[in-house]
Amino acid sequence: MKIRQIAIFMENKPGHIMGICRILADAGISITTLSLADTQQYGILRLIVNQWEKAAETLEKAGYVVNITEVLAVEVEDKPGGLLQVLEIIRSGDINVEYMYAFTFRHGEKAVMVFRFNDPDKAIELLAKSRVKVLDGVALFKEMH
Amino acid sequence: MKENASDKVFNPASATDYVPLPQLRGLQLERLKRAVAGAYRNQRCGLFKKRMDESGVKPEDVQSLDDIRRLPFSVKTDLRDTYPYGMFAVPQREVVRLQASSGTTGKPIVVGYTKNDIAVWSDAMLRSMSAAGLSSEDVIQVSYGYGLFTGGLGAHYGGETLGATVIPTSGGNTERQIMVMQDFGVTAICCTPSYFIHISEKAAEMGIDLKALALRAGVFGAEPWSEAMRHRIQEDTGIKAYDIYGLTEIIGPGVAMECAEQSGLHVFEDYFYPEVIDPGTLEPLPDGEEGELVLTTLAKEAIPMIRYRTRDITAIMPERCACGRSVRRIRRIGRRSDDMMIIRGVNVYPSQIEAAVLKIKGLLPHYEIILTREGGLDHMEIKVEVTPALFDDRIRAVESLQQQIAHAVFSTVGIHAKVTLAESKSIARSEGKAKRIIDRRGI
Amino acid sequence: MKNRKAPFEDRIFDLDECLPRERLAALQIDRLNRTLDRARHVPFYADRLKRVGAIKSLDDVKRLPLTTKLDLRGGYPLDFMAIRRDEIARIHGSSGTTGKMTFVPYSRRDMESWRNLCARFLSAGGLRPGHLVQICFGYGLFTGGFGLHYGVEHLGAAVIPAGAGNSERQLAILRDIKPDAVVCTPGYALNLAEILQAEGVDPSELNVKFGFFGSEPWTDEMRARIEDELGIFATDNYGLSEVIGPGVSGECPWRDGMHVSEDHFLVECIDPETLEPVAPGEKGELVITTLAKEGMPVIRYRTRDISSLDPEPCPCGRTGVRMSRVTGRSDDMMIIRGVNVYPTQIEEALLRIREAAPHYEVELTRPGALDVATVRVEMLPGMFSASMKEMVELRERIMSAISSVTGIRMEVELVAPQSLQRFLGKAKRVTDLRFKEEPKP
Repeated sequence: MKIRQIAIFMENKPGHIMGICRILADAGISITTLSLADTQQYGILRLIVNQWEKAAETLEKAGYVVNITEVLAVEVEDKPGGLLQVLEIIRSGDINVEYMYAFTFRHGEKAVMVFRFNDPDKAIELLAKSRVKVLDGVALFKEMH
Repeated sequence: MKENASDKVFNPASATDYVPLPQLRGLQLERLKRAVAGAYRNQRCGLFKKRMDESGVKPEDVQSLDDIRRLPFSVKTDLRDTYPYGMFAVPQREVVRLQASSGTTGKPIVVGYTKNDIAVWSDAMLRSMSAAGLSSEDVIQVSYGYGLFTGGLGAHYGGETLGATVIPTSGGNTERQIMVMQDFGVTAICCTPSYFIHISEKAAEMGIDLKALALRAGVFGAEPWSEAMRHRIQEDTGIKAYDIYGLTEIIGPGVAMECAEQSGLHVFEDYFYPEVIDPGTLEPLPDGEEGELVLTTLAKEAIPMIRYRTRDITAIMPERCACGRSVRRIRRIGRRSDDMMIIRGVNVYPSQIEAAVLKIKGLLPHYEIILTREGGLDHMEIKVEVTPALFDDRIRAVESLQQQIAHAVFSTVGIHAKVTLAESKSIARSEGKAKRIIDRRGI
Repeated sequence: MKNRKAPFEDRIFDLDECLPRERLAALQIDRLNRTLDRARHVPFYADRLKRVGAIKSLDDVKRLPLTTKLDLRGGYPLDFMAIRRDEIARIHGSSGTTGKMTFVPYSRRDMESWRNLCARFLSAGGLRPGHLVQICFGYGLFTGGFGLHYGVEHLGAAVIPAGAGNSERQLAILRDIKPDAVVCTPGYALNLAEILQAEGVDPSELNVKFGFFGSEPWTDEMRARIEDELGIFATDNYGLSEVIGPGVSGECPWRDGMHVSEDHFLVECIDPETLEPVAPGEKGELVITTLAKEGMPVIRYRTRDISSLDPEPCPCGRTGVRMSRVTGRSDDMMIIRGVNVYPTQIEEALLRIREAAPHYEVELTRPGALDVATVRVEMLPGMFSASMKEMVELRERIMSAISSVTGIRMEVELVAPQSLQRFLGKAKRVTDLRFKEEPKP
């Protein structure tokens, strides 16, 4: 159920994201979605890609510091209160959201969001109980194409 | 330049500085013999005896001041290796004060003072301040940091012994420093030269003209500074800027000080006997030639020092000073024979930073130290290459890593460093010894 | 707890501490009259004391005018000085908003009195010549560091001027240099004890036997913990820079209140509302008149500290009245890690960032041993930015403004507009959660 996210450390310098995208494109890897968190001095680029192992290896070879994290891709009703419903379930289990970002596509009538929870296993359990769908990597990749 | 009425006035407190040379040399020889004999026979600290025995010298071999060159050297690591009390030559009940400075690794260098040592130190500081034309009429602001660092308390006791009004503002809170200077008619300030430049820039920002204040003298030390900096300070603020020299291992500030001539620093050589050696061959150099300064304490009780290698590069000036003082001068110190940095007046060794960074997760990433100076203040940036073990996809975790490194550095050297993270392999590698320090301060 | 036996023979440092009450009263009246004469050099007092003749009985004291912190601030910088400028040996300062600090000039005689007063309570708390004392107070304009420094020197013990902060270095000193006594705030002592424990250091590896704690409020529970965890005998002392600094009063081995050095300070306890004296033993605001101060004498200075006075004789032989530990303030001053801070200073810091100060509140907690001050600042329109970089910068700017005005580091949280509680009338800016009573079982 968990999917692998690649996080890359970047100093805040022009052309940096471009460089990373080029490396991935040259290796034939496609980016499913991404989020960029920035601070004064550096940024953390988080990516969901179709082949995470290859992507990580390629980036590391190119000299980047890469970190692999497990996150959850959760289906959210694409209507007012949709996200709220998911958050309420999470809250009931005393789980914290470390961060989250959205997918660029819809899954049928649903939107998909990426979450990093402090306790992903418990989150999966709770979400499943409430019939909220957590997507795996294969499903996500199919969705894109 | 402002009126400095007491520039040429003889201050009785500094009489010793004018003793005719034969008498001075006689006094030095007598004190040297006593110091060497005392160090050799000391029951508590066997270091000097061991070294002298090894080089086959007996105290009786010291019959002239020139014989000092037969004695073995002592070095900074001696204090570290005998930490904390190994070099104390008196029982603890005779020690009335401890001070410390940073060592080359995590452990500080701890020094002790007897009541008499404090009196010697206060006297050396009093004579330093007299050389800067200060007297009991003055209002002295001490903006050096107080505490274990010798700068603050050294200047404080000197000012008190002089009979002046002392305002112990300590370091920091620059606006308040300026307010105090203005409101209390401060006539002299003691701090690092770079901090004074910071004060003057801040004052300009606040619309306060230091030239219009009563301030007329600055006693600046604890870090190297240039003639260009002196000119700038004197031009911008109308005060006379004096260089003072000293080191914790010997006593603290007050080993040597400039007079109104501002041409070299007079060593208070009745207390501290100076030599200059070639740091390579360790042979003494004739006066006028540049080399490493070596000091022997002639009146220190708690921790006497025989031929201490300061690592500071200077030369003894052979000519007599126009001010009339007989005690010799050394040239201003511009560089060192080791890799010690002086940041905001604090001595820092790259090895200390390394020890601090190593504390985090037990591994040593590539790093470099970048020193800059903005608005007169030194800034230390530690640039650390991110490794997979240090990296995390959560910003808060990465920020906490930065804080941990900064904290480890602070608790080791006492300086707040800015920790920045760099991509891997982005810090230049050099063959052999890495160039860890990039000094952009333009000293 | 109070009667835990002192592990040493009491030694009275100065016989003046044991003057019989009637002799003491005569001395006080004599010195008070001299102080009034000296105070007349200060225009503020010259004016107020115009109709005051010689004091014949201590009962007359209540007819003298009170002096407030506001009065002293109005006399900035040195209007309250009663000596010539060239007679000043030292100047210290108390905290306050920038430009509103109170500066206190000391004559050479004042410095001598001060070191004697500090040596008194140090001796009463067990310090002896030859001991080694680690002073973890900040030096500088703050009187804490220097007062104790010279007191220790005067007593004939040795000083390690460790200064404030850098716990790891303090700990290295405790372990390696092995001082006999430590001087700091009680919170800092607990903090050191906690770090010792965390590092697995047994207190028996240390040599520290005495602790001298002051500058911030503490409790008997805290004392018990500090004593157990550091294996020391802890005494409390009291003072304030407007009056002299530490040395106004200190505990004896019986530790049932702090003996006021009444040969130097005349103390009263008044109701802060009616300004009338309270009954002996009742709580009230402490009012102090200096009796030997030359640089800056103060007449009936309102300390704003809430305490009580116990005139009963003490078995130790010191005759100075005993004041209870300070339990609170009659104004809004906070004492954070031993530093005095007024809410107006935080306002001043916020005004440096923007022209209109946003709504804010301060919460004081003590999660471990050390005080933590958290300032919550409501965002105003125009303060918010979508860039995290700018938000982080804003927070840091506020933190550095606060630390530059107050001298201590506070946590800053940026909170949503209108999220802080509003009060009718005077805003309640400060919530102090440090001394919440534990529910008794």
